[in-house]
Amino acid sequence: MAKIGVFTCWCGENIAQNVDVQHVAAEIAKLPNVHCSIEYKYMCSEPGQAMIREKIAAEKLTGMVIASCSPHMHLNTFRKAAKNAGLNPYQVEMANIREHCSWVHRNREEATLKAVDLVKMAVAKVRKNQELVPIDIPVTKRVLVVGGGVAGIQAALDIADAGYEVVMVEREPSIGGRMAGLSETFPTLDCSQCILTPRMVDIGQHPNITLHTYSEVAKVEGFIGNFKASILKKARYVDVNTCTGCGTCWNSCPSKKTPSEFDFGLGTRTAIYVPFPQAVPAKPVIDQNACIKLTKGKCGVCMKKCQANAIDFDDKDALVEEEVGAVIVATGFKLFQIGKEQDLEGQSGYGEYGYDKYPDVIDSLQFERLASASGPTNGEIRRPSDGKVPKNIVFISCVGSRDNAKGVPYCSKVCCMYTAKHTMLYKHKVHDGVAHVFYMDIRAGGKNYEEFVRRAIEQDGAQYHRGRVSKITEKHGTLIVRGVDTLAGLPLTIEADMVVLASAIKPTNGAQELAQKLNVGYDNYGFLSESHPKLRPVETASAGVFVCGACQGPKDIPESVAQASAAAAKTLVIFSKEELTRDPEIAKVNEKVCAGCFTCQRVCAFNAIEQVDIRSPNGKLIKRIARVNPGLCMGCGTCVAVCPSKSVDLSGTTEQQVYSMVKSLT
Amino acid sequence: MQVGYYPGCALHGSSNDYEMSVRACLSKLQIDVREIDDWICCGASAAHSLNQKLSVALPARTLGLAERDGLNDILAPCPMCSMELCKAGKALAEDPELRVEISDIVELEITGKSRVLNLIQVLQEFGVEKIQSLATRSLSEFKPACYYGCLLTRPPKVLKFDDCEQPESMEKILGLLGAVPVDWNFKTECCGAGMTLANEDTVLDLSHKIISDAIDHGANCLVVACPMCHVNLDMKQAAVKERFGVQRDMVVYYLSDLVGIAMGIDEKDLGVDRHYVVKD
Amino acid sequence: MRSEASVASIDDLAHTRVCECYQCGKCSAGCPVGEQMDILPHQLIRLVQLGCLEEAMSADSIWKCVSCLTCSTRCPKSVECAGVVDALREFSAKEDVVSKRERRTEIFQRVFLENIRRNGRLNEVELVIVFKTKGFLNDLNVPLLLKDATLAPRMLGRGKFHLVGEKVKNREVVQRIFSRCEATA
Repeated sequence: MAKIGVFTCWCGENIAQNVDVQHVAAEIAKLPNVHCSIEYKYMCSEPGQAMIREKIAAEKLTGMVIASCSPHMHLNTFRKAAKNAGLNPYQVEMANIREHCSWVHRNREEATLKAVDLVKMAVAKVRKNQELVPIDIPVTKRVLVVGGGVAGIQAALDIADAGYEVVMVEREPSIGGRMAGLSETFPTLDCSQCILTPRMVDIGQHPNITLHTYSEVAKVEGFIGNFKASILKKARYVDVNTCTGCGTCWNSCPSKKTPSEFDFGLGTRTAIYVPFPQAVPAKPVIDQNACIKLTKGKCGVCMKKCQANAIDFDDKDALVEEEVGAVIVATGFKLFQIGKEQDLEGQSGYGEYGYDKYPDVIDSLQFERLASASGPTNGEIRRPSDGKVPKNIVFISCVGSRDNAKGVPYCSKVCCMYTAKHTMLYKHKVHDGVAHVFYMDIRAGGKNYEEFVRRAIEQDGAQYHRGRVSKITEKHGTLIVRGVDTLAGLPLTIEADMVVLASAIKPTNGAQELAQKLNVGYDNYGFLSESHPKLRPVETASAGVFVCGACQGPKDIPESVAQASAAAAKTLVIFSKEELTRDPEIAKVNEKVCAGCFTCQRVCAFNAIEQVDIRSPNGKLIKRIARVNPGLCMGCGTCVAVCPSKSVDLSGTTEQQVYSMVKSLT
Repeated sequence: MQVGYYPGCALHGSSNDYEMSVRACLSKLQIDVREIDDWICCGASAAHSLNQKLSVALPARTLGLAERDGLNDILAPCPMCSMELCKAGKALAEDPELRVEISDIVELEITGKSRVLNLIQVLQEFGVEKIQSLATRSLSEFKPACYYGCLLTRPPKVLKFDDCEQPESMEKILGLLGAVPVDWNFKTECCGAGMTLANEDTVLDLSHKIISDAIDHGANCLVVACPMCHVNLDMKQAAVKERFGVQRDMVVYYLSDLVGIAMGIDEKDLGVDRHYVVKD
Repeated sequence: MRSEASVASIDDLAHTRVCECYQCGKCSAGCPVGEQMDILPHQLIRLVQLGCLEEAMSADSIWKCVSCLTCSTRCPKSVECAGVVDALREFSAKEDVVSKRERRTEIFQRVFLENIRRNGRLNEVELVIVFKTKGFLNDLNVPLLLKDATLAPRMLGRGKFHLVGEKVKNREVVQRIFSRCEATA
């Protein structure tokens, strides 16, 4: 005989303004099985909860309905209260008479009637609630970090230093990401590699970190605490264990003309190469498309000269399985492609800027490589066309960004700052040079950022023009830049030796495919989706999978590092328990009735349905049926909707419960 | 191959050398050209400057006449005409209410489904390789700066023709015929269009910039596919020379002139001798 | 309401929304006649945004514009800048606030349109004569009358103009089209 307690909340004025709470409580008291019906101003408060606990104990309630706000707000609060009073927490239901009623209706009479209905339905449901028990799952206390840029590195070190194992997967031959290619960073003008490489070395040497470079994540199965990742290690053709990194091979390689990815095409590299001198691991890879031995069967000089016998032309791609309990995605960003064919018909990106046409029109990452001491010009700013030092440079902000017509509508956040930085780097190297910046707005919101931009203008003499550039043409080796200064109301044509385009920030290639493998969402632009933009910036819709850094949205280094530590902290929360508990409100198959059609498996978005053989005692196969994996099921109910034989149901919201809720209103 | 033909006011007026050139060239290619009966002016700049409705209605009337004559494709050698016809056609095809309103105004049923083509597109439809096979001599002595002007490629969402920042369609055709087109900066910069009478200063200034840049990049002639551009660069070249000076005389050919010359048509039959600046 | 200039009617006529312009200035940067303009294209849009329509309609710039469409093509917010200039021209002529310095251009456009109304197609000789007459009467500028006069005999010799112009057969329908378009505007 069910004894249900109904607690209706005023929520101050939030509910009471549009719903006659006392009337609701009175009406509900008349329902069968409702043992007590109480109303109170603030159910979630300490005295409110105390009242609930007392009632449960005193009246020996078997079920409880709280008519108040959204379950998103306080379901856990009330479940805890129930549990503390000795009632199974899954015997608690909430009727949302705030967001679903008083907040969206004006007519008090109608809203009150609706509130009564909502509570009636909740009572009908709770009559049939089962005493469910949370599911315990084990935790593998290892983390997979995808991406070896500054965010990935920070997260990995935080977790490794806490004493847990880290598996880091990086697509390039070396970790370091975009930051390894920068020259100096704002607002301190720290040498980027100088502050990053010690961390890179820590990663390489840390006893808790397993580093897979030149590798990609091929597949991820499983669920929080229990992931199984397949990692594709691309053939390096160099044995990292025996190679000493002496450099004889890349110094003797005759294939020298491949454009360097690290220098964004401004320089070249050999077929066997390390991307930059401070690479971690400091061991080369062979580019199988550029290597003469691998493509034509000739040469092999590196192997002949290698004193450590580390070269192996028979190397093959390999698959490595790693078991982890959490995944952190830190895949970073790339720049918007200017000048190449875009998805738009008949337009070549920004044809008016002549990016692919004029070699002295470059993008911001290319400029970083020119300014970087380890770059193709040894840190001297030189024109790609003729190697001369430019006497004036035009920097253009917002190329691709804030452009609904031809680019992306969002702001890339960091370009205003790095453009100011670029003008300063240029002036520090070319004292008589003139830097012009065409901008729309200056976004300098971080600590010391505004002062940094003013320094570029007031101390280093950068000329800032508010306005966009319409077209760039070339005459006798000089670039003609047609822009405008909207503040003065003057069209402005500048003759420049070089133009640097601050191209928009986009998520890196392959991020979407990785997101799909991990069941993580992404937006229109491919940035991975966080659970909640304000309160859960590093969690994702997939439990146990976290994001940090620029793969989630454009951001600078301090923010990436902060987010990385946040993701690490979330991971350590998982690792701090021996077992994780999951809510038991998941699907369950009645194996006696299941016909094995597997429609449910086909529709399950979480790959939570398995095919299981039912065998007789002597091993003969009787039938194959579906079974729900309690670790993966998210309780969405799609399988219940499609099952033709009604063999699967949702614990906590069974079909009978839904039916009685509907019936309660008739 | 058959196309409907909309010469427009310029080709039947002071740019009738362009019409000669187009007709001679297309006739050699055995493209049948059927003039739309009793066509009217497209409205040019005057209509869109003073009465937006008229700027849709006037070209719509011509589209209606073409549909009535059963012409699915219309060649409009003047880009002002082809752009206005295209724009009107697109607006009518996409907005049923507008279509009803305009059909009433122009007293013809219009669907807006006819294809409007400029001269370059007609040559492309015919087949540039086919033209090459009909060529009897190479254009190797010509180093043209191909000048597109404003309205061959703009507005790009309406015309969807070539690249509006770095077009290459004329260069491709002339290149296959042996000419050596130059790369230059003023391919799509305006020459002042119909402002010749009303605001000559602007036209001379803009035309001077175009001619100078072409010469700067090593061109020995200009090629256009627009009668207004031709007037501003050819007929007005003497005035440009007088006001600003030019380094050399630049003959301004219509695209159909050079294509015709490649196929062995006599320059007189193409109307080249009617130009103001002639080859010395 | 189409009959009076307002932000809404300009938006309507130009098929755009001026509120979407964020004043980046790319239109002004690419305008071929920008250096000659008193009010740059982006400033015209700003004036409309602010509702300062008199100032916008009486600007010289709207008549200096050559309708090359570079501004609209490159605008990152797809604002129809050239369309707004056309709308300003239309209202400026209707409300008779055309800048005195640019009257000649407006006269030319009006004379052109009248020519089409009468003939269905442009009669060039008539255009030149009427324009020069009206233009002269506007500002008594003698050079206007004489300009290009030397070109006439050459043009005649090349068969480039015909003293008797072509006429459209069904001219009445053209006149009806004009009347209808003027009535609704």
